Amino acid sequence: MTKEKYLNDLKDIKQLMNRSSQFLSLSGLSGILAGIYAIIGAVIVYYLIHAHPYPVITLESRTFTFILLTTSGVLLASVLTAVLLSKAKAKRHGDQIWGESSKRMLINFLIPLATGGLFILLLLKHQYYGLIAPVMLIFYGMACVNASKYTLRDLRYLGITEIILGLLATEFPGNSLYFWAVGFGFSHILYGTIMYFKYDRNQPA
Amino acid sequence: MKNILENINKAFDHRVRLAIMSVLSVNESIDFNSLKELLGVTDGNLASHIKALEKENYISVEKQFIGKKPNTRYKSTPSGKKAFREHIEALEQLLQNE
Repeated sequence: MTKEKYLNDLKDIKQLMNRSSQFLSLSGLSGILAGIYAIIGAVIVYYLIHAHPYPVITLESRTFTFILLTTSGVLLASVLTAVLLSKAKAKRHGDQIWGESSKRMLINFLIPLATGGLFILLLLKHQYYGLIAPVMLIFYGMACVNASKYTLRDLRYLGITEIILGLLATEFPGNSLYFWAVGFGFSHILYGTIMYFKYDRNQPA
Repeated sequence: MKNILENINKAFDHRVRLAIMSVLSVNESIDFNSLKELLGVTDGNLASHIKALEKENYISVEKQFIGKKPNTRYKSTPSGKKAFREHIEALEQLLQNE
């Protein structure tokens, strides 16, 4: 009787420690969907580049505008999906999506990400176009690694994968669209699937 | 056996108090409302348990204002951390011995 009580105490302690310090409602399914959006986006960009009549794409060209629209669309759809599905997951578990743990995760995610975003704007300004895709991958990877301390650990491995792909993309500059598709597309699908099967599927509702 | 029971801390012999200490052992500090949501207890219930822990000098209270709203944050004190660690060790030993 008392033994059972103490065992339950220890279980409660462990659960509360996890729940209070980490944002556990991150949805695996949203990772899979973000990966699919990214692949669709990469395919559209691929055709845009090949349909472009000149070998160089300038910032003023319509092709560049369309590429920008496509990537913004992918980003927007991914963020929206992640928020909605994580919200649903939090609700199923009786948690709040906007609490201390999600705030902490988001801040730590956004610091490297915003740095990367500003860095990309500077690269655009100075016309280092070839470095944009690798920089996106590397900074996104570091954002994931940094945020992983405050959420599901799997995010750490996704981040490391993105960083490696970013470095490889720097070494092979002609193929950055492929690395981009692998990093934002397939890696998201892979880790999203792992997280989905690990946490979402077998969890009691 | 008697030795182990000595370390089972009476102050932590309640679910809510144990929960408060657990949360504070992994978070630097937490405010009243977040703690309330996390534990799923009422205002009055939480307040009385906080007061009990405060009296033992296991947690410290920090009152501040965010804009015009009062915001109370709680931290565990060094002696609270030590007592909590000993309590958990005692629980684990107790379970191993039986």
